[in-house]
Amino acid sequence: MNKIEAIIKPFKLDDVKDALNKIGINGMTVNEVKGFGRQRGHKEIYRGAEYQVDFIPKIKIDVVVDSSLVDQVVEAISKSANTGKIGDGKIFVLPVSEAVRIRTGERGEDAI
Amino acid sequence: MKKIIISGLLVLCGVTGAWAADKVPTVLSNKEAIDLVQTHADYVWTLLAAALVFFMQAGFAMVETGFTRAKNAINIMMKNLMDFAMGSLAFWAIGFGLMFGVSKTGWFGTTGFFLSDFKPGGDPWVLAFWMFQVVFAATAATIVSGAMAERTKFIGYLIYSVVISLLIYPVFGSWAWGGLYKGGGWLEHLGFIDFAGSTVVHSVGGWAALAGTIVLGPRIGKYTKDGKIKPILGHNIPLAALGVFILWLGWFGFNPGSTTAANKDIAMIFVNTNLAAAAGAVMAMMTAWIKFGKPDSGMTLNGALAGLVAITSPCATVTPLSAIIIGAIAGVIVVLAVLFFDRIRIDDPVGAISVHGVCGAWGTLSAGIFNIGGTSLKIIGVQLLGISACFLWVFPTAFLLFKLIDVTIGLRVSPEEELEGLDFVEHGGTAYPDFEISHAGGMGTTGGHGLLKANTASEKLLRQPVEQS
Repeated sequence: MNKIEAIIKPFKLDDVKDALNKIGINGMTVNEVKGFGRQRGHKEIYRGAEYQVDFIPKIKIDVVVDSSLVDQVVEAISKSANTGKIGDGKIFVLPVSEAVRIRTGERGEDAI
Repeated sequence: MKKIIISGLLVLCGVTGAWAADKVPTVLSNKEAIDLVQTHADYVWTLLAAALVFFMQAGFAMVETGFTRAKNAINIMMKNLMDFAMGSLAFWAIGFGLMFGVSKTGWFGTTGFFLSDFKPGGDPWVLAFWMFQVVFAATAATIVSGAMAERTKFIGYLIYSVVISLLIYPVFGSWAWGGLYKGGGWLEHLGFIDFAGSTVVHSVGGWAALAGTIVLGPRIGKYTKDGKIKPILGHNIPLAALGVFILWLGWFGFNPGSTTAANKDIAMIFVNTNLAAAAGAVMAMMTAWIKFGKPDSGMTLNGALAGLVAITSPCATVTPLSAIIIGAIAGVIVVLAVLFFDRIRIDDPVGAISVHGVCGAWGTLSAGIFNIGGTSLKIIGVQLLGISACFLWVFPTAFLLFKLIDVTIGLRVSPEEELEGLDFVEHGGTAYPDFEISHAGGMGTTGGHGLLKANTASEKLLRQPVEQS
């Protein structure tokens, strides 16, 4: 099993979700996060005083899948979240050692 | 159809029959009847205007909470509620008598405390007049709340709000407005023009706010160690904007209502009030756009208020064109004033000192310059005297008051309490306890994952209340 963490532009969430649904991924967890990479922050003005916004709002999607599906999921996310402009985000793939479905107690791949 | 006409005629006959039974009208009885209708209209207009001015309390509350952080929202609501509640009682007991009682010296009134001028069965005009005046007193008091926001001890603010409604506001008010009822002040005898209170209400509030802000010092984090300004963002600009719209509406009671009479004068006052606000908003937006490269919303909202404050004094005595010029200049002044106070480390989160103190002074001066009946150095001199007298009375007394509160019970909360937020420390609560959950639910996580949705049977099951064992 692997967890795919994707940090994307917030307005791309629906596109990414639809793309994942299309390849049969029916569960995911979404977080509102803030951060910066090469895009850096930007300057804003409040009542005449300028200030730097370092952390830009992003959405983080967590999906746990069978290892055989990882390439497919990564491709679906990178295609659907791509705008070609700086700040599109990143995808990380992590190993997962165990999964449990709390309601039934199922374990491993049955639980995802 | 015929039936209707006949029955209509019968009713008409009945009515004229009833009239015929009355006394024959005379010129005198007609005049009395007309005067009575006019009196009733005066009551209705004055009390309707009082209700509009009362609504301005909501406007101030929204502006202030919008421009400050969510962790202090309860505190702002409580301050705006309680300065009106406590101020009303103080103005009933002492303030009204000081302001409008018989004044032998021209410096303060000495009769009419505890609304003693009203006797059951007697003329109730004093009640209508008191109601209109108490909402003005509360306006002066509540201006200070925004400037001192996010760091003032609640109990200290309560004491201040009683003293301004009981003493500081009424004494200056008696100098300029005492003659509207039984009093008579030295300033009005000199011919001071302040129709609805640019100085009497707004500068009084503005200069008291200045004193309070100086005694308090800036909020933690407003200035960096190397002296740079670090803006502290307000938590809800739409609420601040709603507040400005409410205040603009309330001002249609504030200025035209100050006739305390239903007459034709209110038309020009209404128009002047609106035009000055419009010009203030436009010019503040343009000034901000030129200076910062963007049409800053906070400054533009302040600009509308600046125009309204400025026109409050001259609204009955200038032409609509003059009103536009007065409001436009106020719109420029307010932006520069906000930047100035920020630079000299006077931390006013909502711009109250700039809007009410500075633009109140400008409006009072403009009443002399643009006077519809012509101007002279003497008229302008009296206006300047009134502006100075207001500052020299209000700033020192308010400063002394805030210092006294500071050395006795303390005016400012501890740094830990300030960082934690006044809502939790002073009031034991949170303004938006469900904010994060509902925020996540509304984020767009469609497909049944939102916490507020229960689409599947199992989810519905899970949302049933858990039985207590």
